[in-house]
Amino acid sequence: MTSEKIIEVKDLSKQFKEIKAVDNLNLNVYRGDVFGFLGPNGAGKSTTIRMLLSLIRPNQGTIKIFGKSLTEHRIDILKNIGAIVEKPDFYRNLSAFKNLEILGRISGKEISKKRIMEMLEIVGLEKRAQSKVKTYSHGMKQRLGIAQALLHDPELIILDEPTTGLDPQGMKEIRDLILKLSKDENKTIFLSSHILYEVELVANRMIIINKGMTKVEGYVQDLLKSNLLKVIFEVDDVNLSLEIIKETTWRSKLESSAEGKLIFNLDNEEVHLLNKILVENNIKVNAVIPTRSLEDYFLKITDEAA
Amino acid sequence: MLTLIRIELYKIFKKWRTYIGFIAIGLLVPLIHIAMLVEGERTLNFMTQNIQQSFVFVGNLLNGYLVSHITLASLAVHIPFLITLVAGDLLAGEATSGTYRLLVTRPVTRTQIIISKFLAGIIYTNLLVLWLAVVSLGLGIILFGVGELIVISSETIIIFKQTDVLWRFTLGYGFASLGMSVVASLAFLFSSLVENAIGPIISTMAVIIVFLVISALNIEFFAGIKPYLFTNYIMSWRLFFDDPIDAAEVIKATGVLIGHIAVFFTSALIIFNRKDILT
Repeated sequence: MTSEKIIEVKDLSKQFKEIKAVDNLNLNVYRGDVFGFLGPNGAGKSTTIRMLLSLIRPNQGTIKIFGKSLTEHRIDILKNIGAIVEKPDFYRNLSAFKNLEILGRISGKEISKKRIMEMLEIVGLEKRAQSKVKTYSHGMKQRLGIAQALLHDPELIILDEPTTGLDPQGMKEIRDLILKLSKDENKTIFLSSHILYEVELVANRMIIINKGMTKVEGYVQDLLKSNLLKVIFEVDDVNLSLEIIKETTWRSKLESSAEGKLIFNLDNEEVHLLNKILVENNIKVNAVIPTRSLEDYFLKITDEAA
Repeated sequence: MLTLIRIELYKIFKKWRTYIGFIAIGLLVPLIHIAMLVEGERTLNFMTQNIQQSFVFVGNLLNGYLVSHITLASLAVHIPFLITLVAGDLLAGEATSGTYRLLVTRPVTRTQIIISKFLAGIIYTNLLVLWLAVVSLGLGIILFGVGELIVISSETIIIFKQTDVLWRFTLGYGFASLGMSVVASLAFLFSSLVENAIGPIISTMAVIIVFLVISALNIEFFAGIKPYLFTNYIMSWRLFFDDPIDAAEVIKATGVLIGHIAVFFTSALIIFNRKDILT
């Protein structure tokens, strides 16, 4: 990763009639990043991606890609972007090969037939290259979407929910491909997802948005580490437990208590220590359930969105 | 740009709907010709019954030229429907299939996309009219041979020498192409507004029917707008089968039709350039 900004978004907003889909969004993606763009369904991810690709126009704000204004250098910029936007759609009555051939011709680069077959091989569709796309399953179309995004060897790859519709093996293959593109070919990848786990596995930096606004942004490892574990202790006697910790430092770490449950914000090492104290004071601890607060937070906004 | 046009033509000719027009003409025109083969003499007698007492007709009047002229006159009103099938799908079809995204995220301008699609649509339209000319005239000459062309209108009868006909057909079909290009442009404009090809097809046909009705009505109220309705000029290919040809009228009709094409295309261009691609 370098400090060279590949995507620079400032105060980006987009409104559809009464609905503000993106609201003063700011983000930076640096060369070599695998940037996780996370948010629940309807958070504004696809709208943002559509603005990055000039499919829709922002009401406000600026987008710079490769250091150039998107509005002023759209053609130059798009030559070096490969993208999947939402569901993968192609010319259904044409073969996968023909679809890629057509897209290759208007990609601004010379794309050989050999290159097309290589891309189809990468996504495991080489044997179905001549089949019409209308005979493809959703997963196959998703793979073809990735092939078309990589076809012209772009510097920046924008993937909007690329694993949707894939089986677990297919999802893993896509994740491996993303990591390979990032590590071996130094591609910058902008990965949109509504699954935190998926982003955690491949991204080095991430942003969580909801209702078009930035909620959390930073390095994935920092965000995951810096957040304390939220730990639920399921106990047989909540009142006695509260009495035991009343005069101790544990009291300050107690977030809430409910019937049969005590919820603490703890470091990893503090979990077993507190467990030991409770057990030694004859509290029966039925379960200790750790959740990361980032995950908890993400689940909370996902639930709200649903 | 040439690459884009080639791609658009390839996409057009890879769709079944494209061939509906060619198949329809390929079936209808021979049917008309066969009907003329069986009933042609009677039809010709009926057409000339009012003047048979004053004139004696000799030679092969029921020939390929006459049949082609009758075919063009009877089909020119119906061809627009076949054209809208393809022209209405040019942009809306991309929206329906979700492939706008593939196109607009490539390093080509939206203007280039629109121009290439429009030109591909115009090429298709012209090929369809050319096909009509080839089938109608070609089959007519094969079945009926050649001869003088008799053109009867409500006021005049003109008989063109055999050597004076082909260039008139060339210009007549050329002008019919221009008229059909207006239809294609209108369907293209409607296609830029919606995300389903059915809408542009129905809307274009609705406009043509309404305009034709207005043109046919002799009501003073419509007199002011009639000169501006493109449907008034679609049948102006007939001007080339007049003697002498009214050059001023040909220029006016050509100007009105080209003007309509320009307005429809420019509107589609502006709409598409401002459009948010949400499909």
